[in-house]
Amino acid sequence: MTRYLACALYMILLYGFIFLPVGVLVLFSFQDGRFPIPPFQGFSLRWHREVLGDGDLMAALGNSLLVAVASSLVALTLGFLAARAFATARLPGVTALRGALMAPLSVSYLVIGLGLLASFNLMGLSKSLWTVAAGHVVINTPLCFAICAAALGEAQVSAERAARDLGAGEFRVMTLVTAPMILPALIAAFLLSVTFSWDELIIAFLLSRFDVTLPVEIWSLLRSGLNPKTNAIGSLVFLVSALAILSFELTLARRK
Amino acid sequence: MSHRASIETRATRRAWWLAAPALLWTLAFFILPFGTMAVLSLWQRTDLGLEATWDLGNYASFLANPAYIQALTNSLEITVTVTILSVLLAYPLAWIIAEEIPERFRRLALALAVIPFWTSYVVRSYAWSLVLAKSGVLNDWLGAVGLGPLDLANSRAATVIGFTHFFTMLLTLSIYASLVQMPPNLRRAAADLGAGAFATFRLIVLPLTLPGVMVGAFLTFALCIGDYVTPQILGGGNDLALPQLIMLQIGRRADLPMAAALSIILMLAVTLAYLGMARWMKVVR
Repeated sequence: MTRYLACALYMILLYGFIFLPVGVLVLFSFQDGRFPIPPFQGFSLRWHREVLGDGDLMAALGNSLLVAVASSLVALTLGFLAARAFATARLPGVTALRGALMAPLSVSYLVIGLGLLASFNLMGLSKSLWTVAAGHVVINTPLCFAICAAALGEAQVSAERAARDLGAGEFRVMTLVTAPMILPALIAAFLLSVTFSWDELIIAFLLSRFDVTLPVEIWSLLRSGLNPKTNAIGSLVFLVSALAILSFELTLARRK
Repeated sequence: MSHRASIETRATRRAWWLAAPALLWTLAFFILPFGTMAVLSLWQRTDLGLEATWDLGNYASFLANPAYIQALTNSLEITVTVTILSVLLAYPLAWIIAEEIPERFRRLALALAVIPFWTSYVVRSYAWSLVLAKSGVLNDWLGAVGLGPLDLANSRAATVIGFTHFFTMLLTLSIYASLVQMPPNLRRAAADLGAGAFATFRLIVLPLTLPGVMVGAFLTFALCIGDYVTPQILGGGNDLALPQLIMLQIGRRADLPMAAALSIILMLAVTLAYLGMARWMKVVR
């Protein structure tokens, strides 16, 4: 009994700790006052309205969605193709190649962003949403590769072989046999990539100039200090991420 | 025989074509930039722009500047504190979810434990600054029970709290994964042989889950020491962490070579931590 109580108490404390900042964030986005700090002065939607009416924020939100979807599609394609390559043939130096593909996962985003910034500077390439998307493809390709590689197994290889024996060309094998067989993994990889790109600040900050993504816009909003408007946009961002993750979980759950 | 060989060559050639896009992208946008940065760290910024001096001047000025060394020390101290705290907080939670909760609630409990993990990290740090602000929620509660107020805003403690929050979630996931992988008969056998709950934990469970914990701890170390956002929002501008120092080089001083050198030093710290972990894992096995 004491053991039960101790466990319950620990869980309550830890879940409290985990949810405290999100709870406070969302609650005070409804603050009917100028500061998102206690006391809570009543329920109001004015800050949400202000966020939805803010042209810069909405433009940044559009940019973020665009960059997230585009970079995730590219990363997914690259990762899927590479995973197929490693699953179907024995390439020389396979460990080194796989290591190279996975390497960006172990490097700080700040360092990846700086490297790209330095290279683009030297090449005379100007910063834009394109450069941001290129950076996000770098961080998401290893993820998509790993998820696809884990999903590809013997079953796919023999189904592909059968399709090829029946005369299907490479492209048809890939789109009509392999991809549908591991569709849940593809969707999961895509959603996870979208979430990472959607939330990413530092690469987007270093590699963008006039058109910025939402985290960068929120970053500049932070300079004005504590503000219920930041709470409102933050809650909105959280909602989108939570929905993406929820669909990710459901895709995986259905697979089982 | 020759037919079979030609099929194999064809398969290999096809595989190269499939792998090429990802490999080329990684080469162009990750490996080459990284090389560029390594090269740049050997150059100098002058009034005229960049000059290819090919020396270790930036590294020498890092070693000669106590403020720079201090930033590295700050980062290491923060990172080690956060890693230890997060492991200590996450292990019991992962244990409770994996062992004490009825099976059908397990997935839900785990999902709940990591939902805020997916908040944008800018927003998450901002949310903690709300909680820890001078007249924020925490001090409001402390005041209600006659304690405080604590002055946590813009302090190292705030940075540590923000980081620990994030990495507790990450480690709960990874420790949970290694707990459920553990075969249950081992513990049953230990119990049959007369081991108490604590002895079973110390002799069976802990050694078996330790590799998982170490991998999670390394991930925590690598992500924590490289993060700019959390110390910038929560720690304020006095007690600088290494990533903040790097950003200062780019922003205020436009000194890309120095920023590159500092980044290489950051990567060096992560590599050393990795080697330490790899070696420890080998010893354990």
